Amino acid sequence: MIPGTPSDGRLPATFMTPGSSSFTDFLGAQAPDLLPGRRVLPGGTGPADVPHGTTIVATAFTGGVVMAGDRRATMGNIIAQRDIEKVFPADEFSCVGIAGAAGVAVELVRLFQVELEHYEKIEGTVLSLDGKANRLAAMIRGNLGLALQGLAVVPLFAGHDEGTGGGRIFSYDITGGRYEEHSFHSVGSGSLFARGSLKKLYRGDLAAEDAVTVCVQALYDAADDDSATGGPDLSRRIWPVVAVVDEKGYRRLADADVGAVVESVVSARRTSPDGPQAPLL
Amino acid sequence: MTMPFYVSPEQLMKDRADYARKGIARGRSVVVVQYSDGILFVAENPSRALHKISEIYDRIAFAAVGKYNEFENLRIAGVRLADLRGYAYDRRDVTGRGLANAYAQTLGTIFTQEPKPYEVEIIVAEVGEEAGTDQVYRLTYDGSVADEHGFAVMGGSAEQISRHVGEHVREGMPLHAALRVAVDGLAHDGPTTREITADALEVAVLERGRPRRAFRRVQGRELDRLLAPAPPPPGQAAPT
Repeated sequence: MIPGTPSDGRLPATFMTPGSSSFTDFLGAQAPDLLPGRRVLPGGTGPADVPHGTTIVATAFTGGVVMAGDRRATMGNIIAQRDIEKVFPADEFSCVGIAGAAGVAVELVRLFQVELEHYEKIEGTVLSLDGKANRLAAMIRGNLGLALQGLAVVPLFAGHDEGTGGGRIFSYDITGGRYEEHSFHSVGSGSLFARGSLKKLYRGDLAAEDAVTVCVQALYDAADDDSATGGPDLSRRIWPVVAVVDEKGYRRLADADVGAVVESVVSARRTSPDGPQAPLL
Repeated sequence: MTMPFYVSPEQLMKDRADYARKGIARGRSVVVVQYSDGILFVAENPSRALHKISEIYDRIAFAAVGKYNEFENLRIAGVRLADLRGYAYDRRDVTGRGLANAYAQTLGTIFTQEPKPYEVEIIVAEVGEEAGTDQVYRLTYDGSVADEHGFAVMGGSAEQISRHVGEHVREGMPLHAALRVAVDGLAHDGPTTREITADALEVAVLERGRPRRAFRRVQGRELDRLLAPAPPPPGQAAPT
């Protein structure tokens, strides 16, 4: 049965009061222990052996945005999982990628997905892209307690904006600060290397397929220099998760399609291990 | 006349039941029909903003008649309960039956304990993987639950409309035929048959084949196309 129901069996008043369309606020009133950030932990630093997820890249192209994430989760020097997925659809026209403590991050993504759909069902309309970005910021802010104990979650949020017709990218810090990025961005332990690569490869008039190649190149470079980011696993055929969001909505590229891009990137690296050479000026 | 000190419980309950029934009979009707690819909901509702038919969860929908703010409360409670269950357990663990139980308990408690019963009648429907596994539950103002099969009508002149729909409904009808039967039923709610146009209708379906969210509103050009009279069958075409 539902926790906290009074003895007469009916749904409690928190279910019936109109006004709030936020699932997170409703959980806070009705079942606060289901919220990730509310759990009381013993004081002191958090556990070191918790799986952490790593590099996410996002690239805007004409008409939308591509987001890609590597597949490795590490616990110290151990590879906790080889094929973890870190890029998810937030709703039909947006996606979110997560870096940080994997367990808390996946839970936050799940809560965010329900939050967006809940709002749509209660209100009858979809939130604006800015509204979705703000809700995610509030959730990250709610996780600040856990973050300071070593279980930080840093998402990358991107979506198709109906108003402008293009893609928009938002990054966050652990206090819930929300920053709009232009053209491209990356988060995670390998993000500095990925960002360097994106800076040299990105151009303003990319088509979707080219944006995918740019993302795969950036992830390859991140894996090259960061042990916590996984490169493509050629023998097991485990490729990065690549998602495209445009006016038709969110779609995750099929393994075969990503595999084709990865194979062409890898075979070019055989002759040019550091990637395509950029002109000097 | 002085107030009586004692009113028998039967009288009290009967008065409440009559009050609720009258409120529901005053409004307009909703027809729910099972068709080949899912479940169809048709309400006579000229309003664009205030809905009588809504989505609750992936494969569950809600339809109601009666007092708007009361069934809005119930609808919001249902969405919250479904999302809470789906989040705490898994999306597949949210069922129409669980929701119907929660609504039955809530409505029953409101009927006996609140000063005024809810003047509402609601239907909770869940579309299954195959035709035989669809579930349609009808709940009345006092919390009674009934398992419906084939079709259900509530609100307004429900009995008269139900008779008409019952005569014309068949198992496994395509969408346009089921829609036709439902709209004709709504039009036969009085001594004369009325004409109901597309802009006075609120239509939605729970479509079995959709990937996750089965609920879909049918409006605009699609509704006009489905309501248009069927072309004559070949062989009866006008002579050239």
